[in-house]
Amino acid sequence: MADAAEKESLSFQDMILTLHAYWAARGCAILQPYDMRVGAGTFHPATTLRSLGPEPWNVAYVQPSRRPTDGRYGENPNRLQHYYQYQVILKPSPADLQDQYLGSLAAIGIDPLLHDIRFVEDDWESPTLGAWGLGWEVWCDGMEVTQFTYFQQMGGYDCKPVAGELTYGLERLAMYIQNVDNVYDLRFSDAVGDVAAVSYGDVFLENERQFSKWNFEVADTDALFAGFKAAEAECQRAIAANVPLAAYDQAIEASHLFNLLQARGVISVQERANYMGRVRDLAKGSCKAWIDSQSERWTEKYPGWTL
Amino acid sequence: MSDRFVSGAANKGADFLLELRSEEIPARMQAGARAELEKLFRAQLSAAGLEAGDLTIWSTPRRLALVARGLPEATAAVSEELKGPRSSAPPQALEGFLRKTGLTQDQLEDRDGVYFAVIDKPGRATAEVLAEAIPAIVRGFSWPKSMRWGKDSASSESLRWVRPLSGIVAIFGEELIQCEVSGISAGYATRGHRFHCPGEITIGSAADYAEKLRACHVIVDHEERQSIIRDGAAKAAADAGLALVADEGLAIENAGLTEWPVPLLGRFDEAFLEVPPEVIQLTARVNQKYFVVNGADGKLANGFVCTANIDAVDGGAEIVAGNRKVLAARLSDARFFWEKDQKRTLAQHAEKLANITFHEKLGTVADKVERVAKLARWLVEENIVTVQPRHSREGENPASTPSSGTPAFAGVAKEELADQAELAARLAKADLVTEMVGEFPELQGLMGGYYARAEGLPDAVADAIRDHYKPVGQGDDVPTAPVTVAVALADKLDTIIGFYYWGEMPTGSKDPYALRRAAIGILRTVLDNSIRLRLQPAFHGGFQLVHEAMRKLPPRDVELGFMGNAAAGAVLLVIDRLKVQQREAGVRHDLIDAVFALGGEDDLVRLLARVKALQAFMATEDGTNLLAGYKRAANILKQADIAVAPAKAGAAGNSAPNTTAPAFAGATDVDRTLLAALDAAEPAATTAVAEERFTDAMAALASLRAPIDAFFDGVMVNDPDDAIRTYRLGLLGRFTGAVHGVADFSKIEG
Repeated sequence: MADAAEKESLSFQDMILTLHAYWAARGCAILQPYDMRVGAGTFHPATTLRSLGPEPWNVAYVQPSRRPTDGRYGENPNRLQHYYQYQVILKPSPADLQDQYLGSLAAIGIDPLLHDIRFVEDDWESPTLGAWGLGWEVWCDGMEVTQFTYFQQMGGYDCKPVAGELTYGLERLAMYIQNVDNVYDLRFSDAVGDVAAVSYGDVFLENERQFSKWNFEVADTDALFAGFKAAEAECQRAIAANVPLAAYDQAIEASHLFNLLQARGVISVQERANYMGRVRDLAKGSCKAWIDSQSERWTEKYPGWTL
Repeated sequence: MSDRFVSGAANKGADFLLELRSEEIPARMQAGARAELEKLFRAQLSAAGLEAGDLTIWSTPRRLALVARGLPEATAAVSEELKGPRSSAPPQALEGFLRKTGLTQDQLEDRDGVYFAVIDKPGRATAEVLAEAIPAIVRGFSWPKSMRWGKDSASSESLRWVRPLSGIVAIFGEELIQCEVSGISAGYATRGHRFHCPGEITIGSAADYAEKLRACHVIVDHEERQSIIRDGAAKAAADAGLALVADEGLAIENAGLTEWPVPLLGRFDEAFLEVPPEVIQLTARVNQKYFVVNGADGKLANGFVCTANIDAVDGGAEIVAGNRKVLAARLSDARFFWEKDQKRTLAQHAEKLANITFHEKLGTVADKVERVAKLARWLVEENIVTVQPRHSREGENPASTPSSGTPAFAGVAKEELADQAELAARLAKADLVTEMVGEFPELQGLMGGYYARAEGLPDAVADAIRDHYKPVGQGDDVPTAPVTVAVALADKLDTIIGFYYWGEMPTGSKDPYALRRAAIGILRTVLDNSIRLRLQPAFHGGFQLVHEAMRKLPPRDVELGFMGNAAAGAVLLVIDRLKVQQREAGVRHDLIDAVFALGGEDDLVRLLARVKALQAFMATEDGTNLLAGYKRAANILKQADIAVAPAKAGAAGNSAPNTTAPAFAGATDVDRTLLAALDAAEPAATTAVAEERFTDAMAALASLRAPIDAFFDGVMVNDPDDAIRTYRLGLLGRFTGAVHGVADFSKIEG
């Protein structure tokens, strides 16, 4: 029985390919991951910056996400310091967004008359991005598999129009679909001919061991503090030079260095709020600079649109 | 000027159905939304002159529904009569009136030389009223949080709703109410269950609404869903030989998350039961919204009940398996925290408290702990908290167990109690830095208690760590074990002292540091345990402790007398709470004032005993008459410009007559009887107060009643003879002084 289920279910990579095909068929541009270390798919400028302004924007992409404090040295079956999010942004949010989303679950093999799918209130807020939205965490048999959010504000600015954001937790979904209890047992790819299948553990177990150790024990905190300061300064320079995309990169960098410092346990409770405020200022400053650089074009193209 | 009367026969009524369909409404907001819908609907109809009558309001995660029964077909016709100018008035007045009413002169009635206009306003069709009311209700709806969505949200003015609004059904009788809000037109069509019946269904009228939905796997009545969950969960547990731990909040929440609730029982690995049951229950309830179950032994068993929203094709086996897996992951996290936390002792955890700010001006939690430890030890060393819990001697005269009467063998026990209180205080906050409390803040205290026991600390210490936050709410238990009492009191005293030290007192509705709750905690603990604690010196000592500790923190300039004033303020905070608390017990706040006003009475146990004796006395005829006599005496003294007897009689009761009334030749029998009564009553009352025999003190006062009544009846104070007047004023001065020895009667109402 388990064998049958295994054979039927999608491998990790096939699940991604299926989602790509599904959202591409609904008009999404399939983007690639952003090439920086981020804590979530929301940090990708294709979400943060592009959710601002009046232009329609429909994209989907996978984003590797790093959460240093979640590392467990590869010993916990559910927790990883590096994992993948599947991110969909649809702006403006279409009227049938929930149905489109449920269609994607069906596409990857979740039958809603066999499994209990629920929309449970979860208001999303990212203090570091100055952003918030209303929506749900989507439960599948009690497990949160997706964050579903209608963005209301980003970088402290109203989203006009509102974008719908879907963030799938890929490992959790795959564990569900493949019916495995340990993330490292996931089939990453299936065997093809003589080529053996690859497991998630084959790809990432050693990474989790080494990065957990580095995040928690090894990383040079002086260098991290210095890096934070440097990124902060560079972000401000880039804002002044009116290159907001470059500025935003530095905001992302500062945010990740702050997360690493947290994992190293060198930021006291008192300092924490201060650092978060600094990251927020960088992100908000970048968003503002982005709006400033684009708003003339926006108002020209969309008469009547106001910030 | 105008007069309205209603005409027309009663309409035949019809039922109205309104359904507002949206994406999933948060469970916690549904009850408020039902109330809001009812309020707005009634207001709209009433503004149009219609009575909404009987309303039924239902909610599911995806819809709010309202059924109004027997609405008339139209609003009643109204005939309005307007009085105009006199027929003899200048023509301009008449022209103005005709313009205003839109009538011609021959349509006016001339009644005794005055023009009247009678304007008939026909009734409006109810359908028309409803068509206007629905958009107004939707636009005026108030949600705790609302949002914009879709392409309309490019404009700031777009409709806001809790989640995207997707459809409106509005049927009056069988007639569709034509209306539109933000591009959504009302229709006959709704949708059934999201997965079981995703297509459109057509509603005919209010009469078939609920049944058509039921046929499409939607139980629209939230109360029915709640009972399905309540009963179904209990049955699922009972079928497995288990007992559901009832949780009404969970039943309501799950009803708010489902349109077709199906409770399902699952099991988790028995090995997780080594984690404290409170942790398991909290994880299951807060994170997963599951019920937990007890075994036959009444202890938590390895089962849970989840509530699905579908009749699964496999009977729910996959759903249970999935939920079991999620719960297992949660519980293994909890077990990970449970095990990891125990790798360090509480003392080791406590070291990290130096990194947590308690309040920027009051230092870290470690600083607070240091102060609480000292206060806890002080409470024991001062015999305020003693080895024997006082409450076991309830009913005895408190004076019969003076603190100096501690048995000799208690010396060792007292030292041990002081050590345990200090130790427990030092460890009481350590669990704040544990992983488990980081994950579940509501387990503070409880986890500390578990960890303390696990590392082999004495039960008394573990209990004190567990219970030192108590009493938290109104119904919460009050600590009784001596170590716990010492830590619980010290913690709350320190909190009040710390904030008062910086002038952060509660004002009006603002009490950001919950100081009133701390004050209630103190007074309940003190009264329930009959603890003899003088508040003023306790607070004063505490302020010195804080001041001492502040040397390494931002210093505060403290002027002379600051400590005393701050302590007095803190005492008042507790007394204010005492009045509020005792009001419910039927104790009069003015009597508390009357005793507290004497000054120095800051021992809550004695204060309350005295107040209760006073209240009993005031309920007697002697009491009310004595009060009348007192007020009369005080008035006469006031008119004579003599200060009403000051409350020299302090808490210790060392009262002395402030005005002497020597034997006087002009005295009458009435005067002499009062003087004799005072000579007897004054020392009797004083002694009784000192010995805390308050009923006896009242009896002594009662003995003054007849003589003072006779005095006022039989003699005149303001005698023309100055010597007699002075003598009698002296008598009244002694009388008020004697009364003051027991309570400040000027504070008593009535």
